[in-house]
Amino acid sequence: MADESIIQVDKLLKRYGDLVAVDGISFTVRSGEIFAFLGPNGAGKTTTIKMLTTLLKPTSGSIAIDGLDPTRDSIGVRRRFGIVFQDPSLDNELTALENLELHASLYAIPRAKRHDRIEQLLRLFELWERRDSLVKEFSGGMKRRLEIARGLLHTPKILFLDEPTLGLDPQTRNQLWTVVGKLNEQERVTVFLTTHYMDEAERVAKRIAIIDRGRIVAEGSAEALKEQTSTTTLEDAFLALTGTTIREEAAGSMDRMRSMARMWGRR
Amino acid sequence: MTFDVIRMLWIRQLKRYVRSRARIVGSLGQPLLFLVALGFGFGPVFRRAGQGNYIQFLAPGVICMTILFTAIFSGIELIWDRQFGFLKETLVAPVSRLTIMVGRTLGGATVALIQGLIVSVACLLVGFRPGLAAIPIAFVVMALVALMFTALGTAIASVMEDFQGFQLVMNFVVMPTFFLSGALFPLTNVPRALQVIASVDPLSYGVDGLRSMLTGVSHFGVGTDFAVLAALTAAFLLSGSYLFSRIQL
Repeated sequence: MADESIIQVDKLLKRYGDLVAVDGISFTVRSGEIFAFLGPNGAGKTTTIKMLTTLLKPTSGSIAIDGLDPTRDSIGVRRRFGIVFQDPSLDNELTALENLELHASLYAIPRAKRHDRIEQLLRLFELWERRDSLVKEFSGGMKRRLEIARGLLHTPKILFLDEPTLGLDPQTRNQLWTVVGKLNEQERVTVFLTTHYMDEAERVAKRIAIIDRGRIVAEGSAEALKEQTSTTTLEDAFLALTGTTIREEAAGSMDRMRSMARMWGRR
Repeated sequence: MTFDVIRMLWIRQLKRYVRSRARIVGSLGQPLLFLVALGFGFGPVFRRAGQGNYIQFLAPGVICMTILFTAIFSGIELIWDRQFGFLKETLVAPVSRLTIMVGRTLGGATVALIQGLIVSVACLLVGFRPGLAAIPIAFVVMALVALMFTALGTAIASVMEDFQGFQLVMNFVVMPTFFLSGALFPLTNVPRALQVIASVDPLSYGVDGLRSMLTGVSHFGVGTDFAVLAALTAAFLLSGSYLFSRIQL
């Protein structure tokens, strides 16, 4: 089993001054599985993803992505994953096709293969007809689909999805998870996701880890978590494990920018 | 492959520029206003003071102003890109930060240069008559000014968290850089203090270099202009790259 693990995290810790955002967590994600990382706001989900994806240096502890250390071989690690961020990261002034072409260039996909792979993914996500439209004309759901298509363009081994369905309608969410499930089967891509929708996690994830105040409080299949807490739904299990108090997050510059973005309607 | 990435990022900036017609027109309004209002308004006074044709004097300054504003803006756009856009996509890509910075900066500088050229044509329309011999070298001066200030904008944006500091940068960096540079008035007879300030203003050397290429009048001397411009462009590119490489999301 050990050689099948694709993400290995050991005693990972991130400290910002006095605040411990991630408090010595350890977990393993096996190759080819869909792994959900759940937790209340401010639990340390996004901080963990940032460390796994080379965007943030851990204070201590170790990470191995397909055997590589993100702090030492960041370029090697970056080749191995695709990511869909919590906030959109498409260029709105470019067309869908141009966004993907730029991504292909950044990931050094050989020119001969670029076009076929782009067409394959755009068709899969039902965006091929709209390939020459500017992204700013897309709906929220279309943008998300395009971002996931982009994250998969360079055939990564791991796909990180940080709250990919935030603000989408049930139809789009359904379609999105169907396609992600299909890709997980077809291309054997490992999926690491975070979400606030418990039904989604239960539906797609083989294994779930629940993180609260920087620590993993439970880990296992949805069934196992329900059994462990003697509850009938994952949502109840989640509340039993993390409590019912609402978490206060200090509004950082990120939140200010987010509200500004909403005001200016540039999402 | 690195070259391919730089080329693609450069093309990206150009596409964004060409597609935002409102921005093109909007950003040309201010220099044209300066050119027409100041050029014709102060023209008679300037002539009576024995300094010759004011449009002739002012045009290189207004061209430099256009480049300065556009370049700083393209650099500062990074703040938006950084938190809500495309920058994250480039920062998790298997490409060095330096490559990304170079692509972005070349793109931003090219856009600033194009804006500068458009205003140059406008200057010709209102009566600016440059000497033609040194136009290729004038183009080099404009390119240096564009590169220098795009790199400066990137450096500033790399250390700014959000747009709250933007007004600060406008009022305490961009505006003084423009007004104290000798773009609007000759530096020869101004008070000593102003002369000293102008001599530490990077734009002064761009304005002076361009003016001497186009009209043959120089305050610092062409050699000094080029030496300072080249050194500062290199310095800003280096510090911009360093600060950009330290961005954490």
